[in-house]
Amino acid sequence: MELFKLTIHELHEKLVSKEISAKELAQSVFSRIDDVEERVKSYITVTRDEALAKAAEIDKKIAGGESIGPLAGIPTAIKDVMNTEGIRTTCGSKILGNYVPVYTSTAVKNLLEEGIVMTGKTNMDEFAMGSSTENSGFFVTRNPWDLERVPGGSSGGSASVVAADEAIFSLGSDTGGSIRQPAALCGIVGMKPTYGLVSRFGLIAFASSLDQIGPFTKDVTDCAIVLNYLIGHDSNDSTSVKIDKPDYTKALVNDLNGIKIGVPKELMAEGIDSKIKAVIENSLKILEANGAVVAETSLPNIEHSLSAYYIIAPAEASSNLARFDGVRYGYRVPDAEDLIDMYMRTRAEGFGDEVKRRIMLGTYALSAGYYDAYYGQAQKVRTLIMDDFNRAFVDYDVLVSPTTPTTAFKIGEKVGDPLSMYLSDICTIPVNLAGLPGISVPCGTVDGLPVGLQVIGKTLGEEMMLRVAYSFEQSFGWSEKPKL
Amino acid sequence: MEYESVIGLEIHVELDTESKMFCSCSTRFGEAPNTQTCPVCLGMPGSLPVPNKKAVEYVIRTGLAIFCDISLFSQFHRKNYFYPDMPKNYQISQYDIPLCIDGHVDLEMEEYATTIGVTRIHLEEDTGKLLHIGGAGRIAGADYSQVDFNRAGVPLMEIVSEPDIRTPEEAKAYAQKIRAILVSLGVSDCNMDQGSMRVDANISLRPVGREEFGVKAELKNLNSFRSLQRGLAYEIERQTKALQNGEAIVQETRHWDETKNTTSTLRTKEYAHDYRYFPDPDLVPMEFDQEWIEGLRAELPELPDERKERYMSDFGLPAHDANLLVETKATGDFFEAAVALYGGDAKTMSNWILGDLTYYLNAENVEIDDSEVKPAHLVEMVKLIDDGTISGKIAKEIFSEMFKTGKMPKAIVEEKGMTQISGEDEIAKIVDDVIAQNPDAVKEFHDGRERAFGFLVGQAMRLTKGRGNPQLINKLLKGKL
Ligand SMILES: [Zn+2]
Repeated sequence: MELFKLTIHELHEKLVSKEISAKELAQSVFSRIDDVEERVKSYITVTRDEALAKAAEIDKKIAGGESIGPLAGIPTAIKDVMNTEGIRTTCGSKILGNYVPVYTSTAVKNLLEEGIVMTGKTNMDEFAMGSSTENSGFFVTRNPWDLERVPGGSSGGSASVVAADEAIFSLGSDTGGSIRQPAALCGIVGMKPTYGLVSRFGLIAFASSLDQIGPFTKDVTDCAIVLNYLIGHDSNDSTSVKIDKPDYTKALVNDLNGIKIGVPKELMAEGIDSKIKAVIENSLKILEANGAVVAETSLPNIEHSLSAYYIIAPAEASSNLARFDGVRYGYRVPDAEDLIDMYMRTRAEGFGDEVKRRIMLGTYALSAGYYDAYYGQAQKVRTLIMDDFNRAFVDYDVLVSPTTPTTAFKIGEKVGDPLSMYLSDICTIPVNLAGLPGISVPCGTVDGLPVGLQVIGKTLGEEMMLRVAYSFEQSFGWSEKPKL
Repeated sequence: MEYESVIGLEIHVELDTESKMFCSCSTRFGEAPNTQTCPVCLGMPGSLPVPNKKAVEYVIRTGLAIFCDISLFSQFHRKNYFYPDMPKNYQISQYDIPLCIDGHVDLEMEEYATTIGVTRIHLEEDTGKLLHIGGAGRIAGADYSQVDFNRAGVPLMEIVSEPDIRTPEEAKAYAQKIRAILVSLGVSDCNMDQGSMRVDANISLRPVGREEFGVKAELKNLNSFRSLQRGLAYEIERQTKALQNGEAIVQETRHWDETKNTTSTLRTKEYAHDYRYFPDPDLVPMEFDQEWIEGLRAELPELPDERKERYMSDFGLPAHDANLLVETKATGDFFEAAVALYGGDAKTMSNWILGDLTYYLNAENVEIDDSEVKPAHLVEMVKLIDDGTISGKIAKEIFSEMFKTGKMPKAIVEEKGMTQISGEDEIAKIVDDVIAQNPDAVKEFHDGRERAFGFLVGQAMRLTKGRGNPQLINKLLKGKL
């Protein structure tokens, strides 16, 4: 049996009933990796030995009659932006090419304690800056649906790894769409929780006020299961929210009777590929058929999202990335003349073009005399966008839109044109600016490439968001897989 | 033209909390390099700061003690600049909404009283320490440099004064008063030697009577109250000369050299940083309720000004004595312990503490807490004077010995046979000898020259090796002459 094809909930049943062992499961996934990884190139680091040892541990538990949680023994890939103690963590950058952390991020630790079997660390755009994974300091990851195309980004490796069945699920991080956009382009489920719901401790920061960790899964049920163990207050993260942990699987109700769904007209306007629009319109009909009330709404200020985002995110990044200086860890030029020479050449050689571009943008935006016009103004716009969402959520339980304006583009197609690359996050960025939860679920294909439907929830409205996504998934019945 | 100096001080104080500002590492001083560190204070990728509530409380207590307004809403900002002692290459500090604003400190100088405004008090994290190997021990020219991050992230409070200070003496008095207040509050040990209190001074001159400020210099490396006073005095002289010669003052940072007794340029304004302050997105803004602040206010300990009032009213000390005794908390504590033990006149204790004890402490550069002479020593010695066992003159010798060895006064007296000779027969015999041996002086005395009497008393003291009871010698000598 091709165990690597199954979902978390299917595999959990088989593990509990002892139909399969965790070791068999791990071996199945690694055989799949052996088979396709050379073509897809999802992983920066594969941790086979550690994974097999962990699987053996889980098997021992099962054999000993201990009860196991839903994630125990499940092969899981982690985006290389999260610290893993003793395992190289590069953030997709040459500047951290040799970096082995001394601690594990809270989110990964939470899952490791639940018994996940970590298969490795996935490729990404350097420091999570990008929408195609072409900005990786190491190599380009390919879309399993078409190896000539990008998987999206920045969590491209974590998306392709699930789409190609090289892991059962994975973790990514989403600053402006870095989970939802690649999930859409790879035909899987990807979710960004409410800002503060998942601890950022140990997540290498890109833009602190926007970054959020979330899962890539094969279906919405798996997403809810992973979320149950991912969230929780962390005293190491001052921005972490304190709430009673819900059981998100209870929200998986296949019924949308009376649920009010708003469709922001600005996210169905020009710039969105017309074939994608058609797929989304079909999706709206499915939602209505399930009892939902669907209506057009407006978020007038979100047309400024991209401008605000490309000031706030680079500004924070310019400061967050200052620590990569060659003094304490990571890459350092071997032959520096003096301190300034060491700083300049270490960073010039260690960082790629896109990272340098954003550091310069952000440094400029925070500079004396420009702060008010740029950073100050962008924060005001951010507040206006939050207000727009708040107003819309008076009338609607969730909002839906396409996740991306186009399907997966060709490798190299947008590399020389950063602006058009930035536009591929136009539907997802407003959600980060407002700190809201968003999920992308597969809703069809255009020319054989997957399309994602984005469902946006209220602050901490994950349950309603999951219910809508789940109901849609159940009715739509997506079962297509890339042919590898 | 006559110039007036305009001085403002920035005082950095390491807070005496158990753990660092944004992580749980210990703040202990003097441990092996880089042993008091963790991913947070080393600026490891992915680490996040969590504010130390105690440190925030300490700053607010300080603000309350010097009559500041406490911000009910405050925020941490990032101050961005590259330096190898800064793990993140930004310092978490405060910018436009500090914890405390608009306070003041009252000073009593010898001849007058004045008030120095405090602009703001804010909280930030300290940097690590650099050690440059080779070269002149400075970063330029060094073979390599080492960094110790034990200090990185220790809570640092900055108290910024208004430019209300007019003389180096006021600057010193202000800094000392701040120290006394902070030590009384228990928020810092304010040890300038170990760098837990650091003072930078901004100084400019202006013609007397003019409102607007002149061009200022920032003075660094003022590592003691003495350097603060001397550095400022030098800078006033330098700037006065420059202005009198028609030279322009350059806005710059200058380094005080304690051994050369001069200041020199460290960096000029062209190299001023653009720190690109912005609110730290890793930290949520702080909000306090008034009730909590009032609770802190109610719990404030006795502060130097209140202590001074008490010394004057309860012990009847003159203002001059009371002022000096409260200058450091330790001196006041010493005084109070001595008074309690003694039970007699408090002014006697004050005289010894401000006289001999202060003299030896200054001469030997010893802190009062580290002194061999404890209140028990002083009190035992004064009691020996009171019961006539020793004379005041002997007491001064004993004090010197106590200060050196820490021996108790009774032991010193016994060891050295310093007991006062008060036996009437013994003194009478000595007086007889003095009269017999000094016929010339006796004659002069009878001729009405008072000075000769003093000479004869001196001779009697000499024969008793200073141990004769002076009152008895006086009495018997007068009788026999
Ligand atoms: Zn630490």
